[in-house]
Amino acid sequence: MKLSIQINEGPYQHQAADSAYQFAKAALAKGHEIFRVFFYHDGVNNATRLAVPPQDDRNITQQWTDLQKEHDLDLVVCIAAAQRRGLMDEDEAKRQGKDANNIAEGFRISGLGQLIEAGIESDHLVTFGA
Amino acid sequence: MTTLHTVNKSPFSSSALDNCLGLAKNGSTVLLLEDGVYAATAGTKSAEAIANADGVSFAILGPDAQARGIEGKLADGIKVVDYDGFVDLVAEHDKVHAWL
Amino acid sequence: MAKKFMYMNTKAPYGTIYALESLEVVLIGAAFEQDVSLAFIDDGVYQLTKGQNTDGIGMKNFSPTYSALGDYDVNKIYVEKESLEERGLTLDDLQHLTWEDEDEDWAEKDSIKLVSRAELADILDDQDVVLSF
Repeated sequence: MKLSIQINEGPYQHQAADSAYQFAKAALAKGHEIFRVFFYHDGVNNATRLAVPPQDDRNITQQWTDLQKEHDLDLVVCIAAAQRRGLMDEDEAKRQGKDANNIAEGFRISGLGQLIEAGIESDHLVTFGA
Repeated sequence: MTTLHTVNKSPFSSSALDNCLGLAKNGSTVLLLEDGVYAATAGTKSAEAIANADGVSFAILGPDAQARGIEGKLADGIKVVDYDGFVDLVAEHDKVHAWL
Repeated sequence: MAKKFMYMNTKAPYGTIYALESLEVVLIGAAFEQDVSLAFIDDGVYQLTKGQNTDGIGMKNFSPTYSALGDYDVNKIYVEKESLEERGLTLDDLQHLTWEDEDEDWAEKDSIKLVSRAELADILDDQDVVLSF
């Protein structure tokens, strides 16, 4: 089946991102296709490359980056939610006149239409949130 | 259409499970995960509500129950699944409704 | 073929951002010409109350945006009767949301439909995609 995943909460604060990752890994191992993972609300914070979790803890952002590389996942961060919360890629930082960007490798920033498209194109949209 | 409902909140702090049980149709399945697993603890009102919900199936995400140390305290008759089982449940239903 | 999209609103406005960001998805999603419905249950019914005034809290009052939904062809707004009653509210406490029916010479019609829990269960059953906020 073709799946999409929506993640509504940030890393570490809430289990949603961990649950979504475990679910995605299991689905891929079973041979299912993941059309898109969409990060919304505080979920956009999963995409920062500036987080430094303790050595003995999981690195949630790195887990997504690795999974993206391995399976060519489409990890989309909602631009409207990202702008509010200070998540930006190089282009967006330039456009907004900011002195830095912080999007981790493997993620891309795009519009809310990408979530609707995921709902249209996928057999199932599975949401993780609070 | 068949629906897989997911509930990830403790029944002691949220009305998510009540909302779900109030609106779930016969033939649907409710998967309890994250803090939602506490709802399946034996001797609780929520476990009673689950036992009385005719026509709706229940499953609980085992890794979440284990993490919280309640695996041995679950009410009888609730199916325990792992993440593979979660994926299978999604595939077996027409849609997924997350009760956030 | 258009899919049936349900936006499930269960949270009150202002205390958290979910209601506002849900509305943003609805407005963007309207351009995709799917069969869209909104449901308001639990504290979600508080999103639609009249008389919201955020002057004192420094936040934007986004409640007027709900009245624009009709212009976006979003006109199936289901409010669960039990959730309203539990909160001591009636339909009169909510904004009067309308849309204009092109097929009936732009007649103005109510967008909000008060439905029982049992009726809403049937409506939810019929959906292809549920977006939860």
